Amino acid sequence: MDLINLFTKSIFIENMVFAYFLGMCSYLAVSKTVKTAVGLGAAVIFVLFITVPVNYLIDNYLLQPGALTWLGSEFATVDLSFLSFIMFIAVIASMVQLVEMTVEKFAPALYSSLGIFLPLIAVNCAILGGSLFMQQKDFIGIHEAAVYGLGSGIGFFLAILAISAIREKIAYSNVPAPLKGLGITFIITGLMAIGFMSFMGIDL
Amino acid sequence: MKEANSKNTEKKYSEEEKKKELILFLSSSEEKEGFLSKANRKLLSDPLNDNNPITVQVLGICSALAITVQLKPAIVMSLAVMFVMALSNVIISILRNSIPSRIRIIVQLVVVAAMVILVDQILKAYAYDVSKQLSIFIGLIITNCIIMGRLEAFALGNGVYKSFLDGIGNAAGYGLILIIVAFFRELFGSGKLFGIPVIPEAFYEAGYVDNGFFLLSPMALIVVGIVIWIQRSRNRQLIEEN
Repeated sequence: MDLINLFTKSIFIENMVFAYFLGMCSYLAVSKTVKTAVGLGAAVIFVLFITVPVNYLIDNYLLQPGALTWLGSEFATVDLSFLSFIMFIAVIASMVQLVEMTVEKFAPALYSSLGIFLPLIAVNCAILGGSLFMQQKDFIGIHEAAVYGLGSGIGFFLAILAISAIREKIAYSNVPAPLKGLGITFIITGLMAIGFMSFMGIDL
Repeated sequence: MKEANSKNTEKKYSEEEKKKELILFLSSSEEKEGFLSKANRKLLSDPLNDNNPITVQVLGICSALAITVQLKPAIVMSLAVMFVMALSNVIISILRNSIPSRIRIIVQLVVVAAMVILVDQILKAYAYDVSKQLSIFIGLIITNCIIMGRLEAFALGNGVYKSFLDGIGNAAGYGLILIIVAFFRELFGSGKLFGIPVIPEAFYEAGYVDNGFFLLSPMALIVVGIVIWIQRSRNRQLIEEN
C-alpha cells in the first residue's frame, strides 16, 4: 500500500515538471510534435527506472556517513557524501551510454526511434533530480527507490505528452505574435501546473 | 653629466625594446584586441537582452524557476551559476584541444560537477540557511542546460579570456531573469523584498491582501511567459514563426 501511495504521489503530486520544473529544457525543446515527445518520454522512464535504484545502492553502500562499514570497522567513520554529485552524474552518464548500447544491440527498432534522445538524457535535470530527491527522502529499501524512479518517469512522460498534444493544436489558433512559440508554452505549462495542484492531498 | 645622459638613452632604448616585445607578444597571442574591446563587450551585453539564455535560447529553465519565491535565494543562485559557469568555461577552453570529441560530454560533466561541489561546500560552510533553502537545486546546476550549452557552443571553440567573458555574460543574463521573476513574486506574494516588508500598513488596512498565489510554483512559469511577451513585443526580431 505504501508503494502504491509513493507511486501515485511521484506521478501526480510531486510531478517532476509541474511541481519542481525539472527537465524543462528538453520538455520545451522536444515537445513540438507528439511523436518525438513520446520517444523522449519513454527514454526518460527507462533511464530513471534504472539510475535511481543504482544511485540508491551507491549512496547507501559507498557515500553516506558510515556506509563503508561493510569493508571493516575502521571505515565506519568515513563520510564521502560530498562526492555524491560527481558519482551520480558519472553513473547517469555511463548508464545512458550502456542503455544506448544494449538497446542498439537487442532492440534495433526501439533504438531507431529512441536513438537521438538517449544522449540528450544524460544532461536532463529530471534524471539527476530524481537521484538527488531519492537521497533526500531516505527510502528504506531499493524497491521504494525503484518505484519512485518509475513514478517520476511516468510523470515526466505524461507532462511532455500533454504539452506536445496542446502545442500541435495551438498551431491553428490565433496567438498574439510576441507570445507565439515559447511564451504561450510557458503560460500553458503554468496553467497545467495549476491543474496538477488539485491532486495535492490525495492519499491512497 | 655625460654618464647620466648615456644612462638616460639606455633607459629609453630599453623601454622601446620592451614596447616592441610587448607588441610582438600581443600579436602572437590569439587576440589583438584590448581587454574590453567592442567584440568582448558584446559577449558580455548580448546575453542580457537579445540573446538571453532563458527567454531566447531556452536553456537553463530547469533549476531556475523553483527558487524564485524570494529574492535572496535567487541572487545566491545566480552568483553560484556565475561562478560555476565562468570557471568551467575557462577550464574547458584550456583543455579544448586535448579533449577527444567522443567523450567530451563526460569530461564536461566532471568539470562542472567538481565546480558545483566547490560551491556547495562553500555555501554549506558560510550560508547554511540559504543552502538548505536551495536544497537540491545547487546540485542541479550540473545539468543546467545553459552551462552545458555554452561549453559546447562556445568554450570548445574559443580562447580562454573570451570564454570567461561569455560565461560571465550568460550567467548574468540568467541571473537577470531570475531576479526579475523573484522580485515580482516576493513583492506580490508576500509584500516583502529581501524579507523586509515594503508595502505600507495603510494598504493592508484599506483591504489589500497579499496574493498567495504568487508563492506557488505555477506563477513562476506565468511570470516568465509575461517577461517573454514584453521582451518580444519590444524587440520584434525575436518573434517565432509558429
